Amino acid sequence: MKLMDIVVKDAIIPELVATNRDGVITEMVDALVNSGCVTEEQREEFTKAIIRRENKGSTGFGHGVAVPHVKHANIKTMYIAIGNSADGVDFKALDREPVYSIVLLLSPEDQPENHLDAMEAIFSSLSQDTFRRFLRQANSPADVLTLLTETDNAVR
Amino acid sequence: MATATKTVKITNRLGMHARPAMLFAEVAGKFAATITVGHAESDQVDAKSIMQLMMLAATEGTALIIIADGEDADNATEELAALVDSGFNE
Repeated sequence: MKLMDIVVKDAIIPELVATNRDGVITEMVDALVNSGCVTEEQREEFTKAIIRRENKGSTGFGHGVAVPHVKHANIKTMYIAIGNSADGVDFKALDREPVYSIVLLLSPEDQPENHLDAMEAIFSSLSQDTFRRFLRQANSPADVLTLLTETDNAVR
Repeated sequence: MATATKTVKITNRLGMHARPAMLFAEVAGKFAATITVGHAESDQVDAKSIMQLMMLAATEGTALIIIADGEDADNATEELAALVDSGFNE
């Protein structure tokens, strides 16, 4: 699976305004609403579901990145929003370090295989030091898209 | 040094998604042994790293080989296999 197929170009936020976890999640879901991927009616439900999931166990798996996500019956297609925070956000990460890059994933509830494929694509990238560094330094959506295209085309 | 190997099959419907991966890494982390897991003996990732575990994309029915190397290798593979067999308590 290629990240470019599921990343919503209009939901790439190089400089998040929000400074706390729930604010960041809200801002990123809002970007998916504004880009037409999530309806106005679904906004609150999805935001709450992602926060509930995060409360069960942080998706801040270390190295300054977090992957908040939810599987939901009302999600028909996978979508990814990407956000950067220059100052870092407290995601209660496992290594207790601030999170600088956030990859938010919405997955349909009935497609666990696709969800795992997307996670594989996300972590194949995020587990690389260089990818994390370039992502964090990206200061425009175009920078992020270039990085993602290069990563998708690289032989894994 | 003792080495132990065990093959397991993912039984829960959602596969090894984030929470199971966290559990797996947590249990693996209790052991001193070096532990890896993968689709083949030649294709292994660090069993103590959630990020690497997520790269397995281990769906329901996927067979995984767990390899441990260290004094507590036997206990490690036993406990990790039991966790997978339980469907990660889902």
